[in-house]
Amino acid sequence: MTVVADKPTEAPLARRTRILRKGNEAIAEAAVRAGCDAYFGYPITPQAELLEWMARRMPEEGRVFLQAESELAAINMALGAAACGKRVLVSSSSPGMSLMAEAMSYMAGSEVPLVVVNVMRGGPGLGSIGPSQGDYFQATKGHGHGDYRLPVFAPSSIGEAMDLVATSFEVAEKYRTPVILLADGILGQAMEPVEEVYRMPPRQDFDWALGGADGRPPRVVKSLHLKPEALEAHNRHLRAKEAAIRDAETRWAGERLEDADLVIVAYGTAARVARTAIALARESGMRVGLFRPISLWPYPDVALRALAAQARGFLVVEMSAGQMLEDVRLALEGARPIAFHGRTGGMVPTPGETVAALHRLDRRTGGSGR
Amino acid sequence: MTVDELTVEEEPRILYQPPELLADRSTSYCPGCGHGVVHRLVAEVLGELGLGPRTIAVAPVGCAVFAYDYLELDFVEAPHGRAPAVATGIRRVMPDAFVLTYQGDGDLAAIGTGEIVHAAARGERITAVFVNNGIYGMTGGQMAPTTLVGQKTTSCPTGRDPAFTGAPIPMTEMLAVLPGVAYAARGSVADASSIGKTKQYLRKACQVQLAGAGFAIVEVLSTCPVGWGLTPVESVERLRDVVAPVYPPGVIVDRTSATRGG
Amino acid sequence: MERSVIFAGFGGQGLLFAGQVLAQAAMEEGREVLWIPSYGPEMRGGTAYCTVIVSEEPVGSPVVERPDVAVVLNPPAHAKFASMVVPNGVLVTNATLVDERVTREDLSEIALPLSELAAAAGDARLVSVVALGVVAARTGIVLASSVHRALVDIVGRKRPAILEMDVTAFDAGIRAAGGRPIAEIVREETQAVAAAEREATPAGHEL
Repeated sequence: MTVVADKPTEAPLARRTRILRKGNEAIAEAAVRAGCDAYFGYPITPQAELLEWMARRMPEEGRVFLQAESELAAINMALGAAACGKRVLVSSSSPGMSLMAEAMSYMAGSEVPLVVVNVMRGGPGLGSIGPSQGDYFQATKGHGHGDYRLPVFAPSSIGEAMDLVATSFEVAEKYRTPVILLADGILGQAMEPVEEVYRMPPRQDFDWALGGADGRPPRVVKSLHLKPEALEAHNRHLRAKEAAIRDAETRWAGERLEDADLVIVAYGTAARVARTAIALARESGMRVGLFRPISLWPYPDVALRALAAQARGFLVVEMSAGQMLEDVRLALEGARPIAFHGRTGGMVPTPGETVAALHRLDRRTGGSGR
Repeated sequence: MTVDELTVEEEPRILYQPPELLADRSTSYCPGCGHGVVHRLVAEVLGELGLGPRTIAVAPVGCAVFAYDYLELDFVEAPHGRAPAVATGIRRVMPDAFVLTYQGDGDLAAIGTGEIVHAAARGERITAVFVNNGIYGMTGGQMAPTTLVGQKTTSCPTGRDPAFTGAPIPMTEMLAVLPGVAYAARGSVADASSIGKTKQYLRKACQVQLAGAGFAIVEVLSTCPVGWGLTPVESVERLRDVVAPVYPPGVIVDRTSATRGG
Repeated sequence: MERSVIFAGFGGQGLLFAGQVLAQAAMEEGREVLWIPSYGPEMRGGTAYCTVIVSEEPVGSPVVERPDVAVVLNPPAHAKFASMVVPNGVLVTNATLVDERVTREDLSEIALPLSELAAAAGDARLVSVVALGVVAARTGIVLASSVHRALVDIVGRKRPAILEMDVTAFDAGIRAAGGRPIAEIVREETQAVAAAEREATPAGHEL
């Protein structure tokens, strides 16, 4: 299913029952309500509140919370728990994600479902604790070693993050794969009104989950296939699964695209900046719309490519030096000019900068040069 | 002897029976390798305690990754060194399972040092089998943290120099100081008597988990004839005469009884 | 219309809390809001700030280039944010700690001894709540009664003694800025909201 929403996903809210909640805590609570059986984590800014929320809530629900000695251990604890068919959440921020890369590859290979939240911060290295989208490559292009892809979902509001937590568990279990929920420091740290609407995906009876070979043959959850023929067959199976995910789980949202001849492509917090910039640009008569990928892998390339028929040019806005930009280039195949505006290191693009970039793109693509 | 006496049917006396939990196939281990013996001991102990149907085992990276081909148990394969963390995750979500890890010395004492220390410190109810042959077997016989001083390997071709690479790590003694460790012992596959004792240690380490007493580890000194450049018989002799004096077998700590320090 | 308020000062001056109360008040008015803290090590004693964006529409950019209102509680905050406030915006300055005043003429600077007022209300750490009173009285971003209700919701039910101090501090801020006592405002605004709701309810649908 390709989700197309020609409107902001957050409908204007009247007087509904809403609460003000911090992104990290909203994600954590959504996981609790989605039936998360176990959480493993390690403190790191700017996701520490997620771990703290789970430290309080999971024991309240009689479920498992454990602070690991490292992100390395946390993700491997998750591997063990998830191999038993449990619904498991892990969260971290960029440097911690790098430590988890090894197990992510193992879990992709051994087909273990799991949801991993990355509340991205500035890099490379220890970087900064400011918000960033610098882990796009890491999340979408493989993460660990070997031939695999993982679904990556990127919310752009706290309410959407809550919903995508449940979606992530669903997708993880349906396809037996780790899923990455990619947020950033602002989404983690900010508070926004949210409706307390939660979803708990139905439980499945997994025919692969470990629990002791009692009255059945032993089960093995593994990624080792020493014979090249066997590994190639396994990899073909993974490819087929990825194709199914691509068909069914590609998600994006469009805003103000009906009459747009310029399109901003942005996700997550950068998409919010773009939304404000679009409002400003439209005040000056420009016809700009927003294409907002929600699944970063699979990338909504077909839908984006279709927009080349109506748009003169595309502006990619990111909190990175230009990572999703490459997927936009691949999707558009040179059909239209592509401009880029990005900030890094914990800096966030401003609406003003973005409007200026729009004006440059407008001039470059034969607009009136306002 | 009458005809009648000859036709009396007696129950056959069982002299030998392979443990049910040991798969009926030959292993990929080299001749003289100790893993086969340790696998068998694990299969015997788990079988005798009736634990097979509730065991979830964690396989390492190294020669013993294939443990899941030889032991008829549910298995998950851990990344290199991470078995204690993987086992912790299993332990926490499967309170009624019997959780077993099986690691070599490169896995446990080098790349996985952090994970084993913290699993032990938390007193995870895990039974850890630690096979120490003092070398990286699978990758071609390189130096391990447990390689003896002076021992030649492919990555210390002139012999391990402690001034350059440090002294061998007595992992089990190190772990034994942690209060979370309920039981720690070291056995060996050098001879029948050592193997018998090792089986007792393994049995105790399983009972410790069943009693909920904490973390239990049994180090098993083992051989790697190919990595050591010796025949199987020479390997066993070296294990007994050279290795065991450096890593003395015996119970290292037993916090389940009044006696401490073994 | 989107309006933004920045609270800036030392960690420990209750900035994040005041911002949260403002955000809660706006939400309870049925509006959209985004609260963004500065986070990390600078929160422990250094300069901290938080931004609250209030809007009728879903809030877009979390980055505010030019806030409509800045509450500056220490000299570094005054130096950093006074020049950023939009033309015809409002600057609320804690005159207890800040000697500087803006030279901009397109700005309404309200300099009041906020820390002293907070101390008089019971605790100097209530300085941000006093400032919130000034914001409510002079900017119209949210109704004072909404802030009062937000204080009750966030603090009140669990810690009534602390709520009393918060309301006292809030009231001190409103009155220092020329407003009327909070009790009166709450009474009037509550009646006005109730009247508006009666008017908005179609005849025959009243329960």
